[in-house]
Amino acid sequence: MIIAGGFAAARIFSQDGAPMTQASISDTAIATHSAPPDARSGFRLPTHWLGVAPFFIFAMMFLILPTLYLVIGAFQNDQGQYTLDNIRQLFIDKSIRDAYWVSIKISFWSATVGAFIGLAMAIAIVRGGLPAWVRSSTMTFSGVASNFAGVPLAFAFLATLGRLGLVTVLLRGIGIDIYAMGFNVLTSWGLIIVYLFFQIPLMIVIITPAIDGLKREWGEAAATLGATTWQYWRMVVIPVLWPSFLGTVILLFANSFGAIATAYAFTGSSLNIVPIKLYAQIRGDVLHNPHLGYALAFGMIVVTGLANIFYIWFRTRSERWLK
Amino acid sequence: MKTSRFWAWLVFIVGAAYFFIPLIATFEFSLRMRRGEYSFDAYRVVLGDARFQETFAYSVTVAVFTILLGVFLVVPTAYWIRLRMPQLRPIVEFITLLPLVIPAIVIVFGYIRMYGSNSPLPFLGSARGTDALLVIGYATLALPYMYRAVDTGLRTIDVRTLTEAAQILGAGWTTIIARVILPNVLIAVLSGAFLTFAIVIGEFTLASLLNRPAFGPYLQNIGANRAYEPAALAVIAFAITWGCMSVIQILARFAPKSANRPN
Repeated sequence: MIIAGGFAAARIFSQDGAPMTQASISDTAIATHSAPPDARSGFRLPTHWLGVAPFFIFAMMFLILPTLYLVIGAFQNDQGQYTLDNIRQLFIDKSIRDAYWVSIKISFWSATVGAFIGLAMAIAIVRGGLPAWVRSSTMTFSGVASNFAGVPLAFAFLATLGRLGLVTVLLRGIGIDIYAMGFNVLTSWGLIIVYLFFQIPLMIVIITPAIDGLKREWGEAAATLGATTWQYWRMVVIPVLWPSFLGTVILLFANSFGAIATAYAFTGSSLNIVPIKLYAQIRGDVLHNPHLGYALAFGMIVVTGLANIFYIWFRTRSERWLK
Repeated sequence: MKTSRFWAWLVFIVGAAYFFIPLIATFEFSLRMRRGEYSFDAYRVVLGDARFQETFAYSVTVAVFTILLGVFLVVPTAYWIRLRMPQLRPIVEFITLLPLVIPAIVIVFGYIRMYGSNSPLPFLGSARGTDALLVIGYATLALPYMYRAVDTGLRTIDVRTLTEAAQILGAGWTTIIARVILPNVLIAVLSGAFLTFAIVIGEFTLASLLNRPAFGPYLQNIGANRAYEPAALAVIAFAITWGCMSVIQILARFAPKSANRPN
């Protein structure tokens, strides 16, 4: 601690010739005003808040107010009167309802499938007795792949499973024509396969610490009490991992629900999912009702917001065990 | 034990195959431009494309400004929260997590409605203003990562002692933040910066909806109109992401590990 302080003080001095005199001359005014943090008394509230003001103003202007603007707009009609019509319209309008349904379906499946595969891989690298390099390289790769989303990811899968993609061509070479069998990568299932490319690594990154948190002693204690491997898993591992697993599934859900770039680059505007619909609405008011557009955005916030509330709830539950 | 190791290898190899086959396929596809033989033609075409150079340079510039804005915004705030206003920590943490809750497309939708050319703050009235709004939007998207990185960095140094030492030596707040705190959390700031860079460089939604000539919309446009170039671009984009993540990993090795104080 003292070393750190001394080091920093040394930094101040070592920067250039005689900074101490420079500092004491140029900053006298500031120094006398605010020098000893706890010595001032009485009127100090304003300066106190000044330090965080830029952040709060920024968050207000560029995060909270723009969102509120849409949320309030979702509950208004053209005349500015308050109404629930737009929200009701979300459920009545068939194409909007379908878009939400497809979005939820894609997010649900990519999250669940991604979570189970990610969990299996995480258990394999942590508990499977594999060499250490497997774990470290998997973790590094997961860090990269969980951030490799957007437009390039769509290109990668078109080059793999598209009509001229490597896998398609190779399979055709051995007599399996997947496109003749009805496979098409430009569908919701294709998109789920693509989303797994960032969902699985994200699961691995988040769940590995939780698996590390399973103490060896618990296994030994269970074995001492005569538990079989299956009983150990069913009565110890699964109950302990369950909350963090579910929490992460929900996080993955929200993660794919708001994603648009991959889907848009992949299928253009042909796939009817909520983010693409909202994109088209922002571009050219395809719903012919700006306030319905706000309601569409509001619906997205509700879904991802609910997902995050559940995530936080599960995470606090999981922290009980995984200290 | 033996069977469990067999299953572990099996799971790992099948998983690894899912991740490596698309990468190999993309690379192979990107080499197929010349008929009948492998060549780097697609890369030559892409790298020689003036639009590629312009949009890439534009996105790099935007990323640099985003990182600067993020640092200016996050470092003083996180520092001040640690030093003086720990009671605000939950609120600030909640706000920094909001960009993960509110989808980017919703945030930019709000910007477009609020800062149009007829609004009191007409960011969208001019190209420069829109650029500024794009940087602001990216800084908002990067806020969760930047704040967490800096806050973790601050946890490993003794903020209060450093501040008092600097104040005894006569330093003002600007000096303290710029020349005492920032150098001490530089590694954390840099890893936040590289993550920001990786996010911003190919971002599509904001740039496209704000109509800026960025790399993301360029990628999308190439993808819709060309055959082999997209694969080459995907390989380049993956290399950039990989590069950023490697730098973060290397930086993590230099970062101080232990916390000096519990909080």
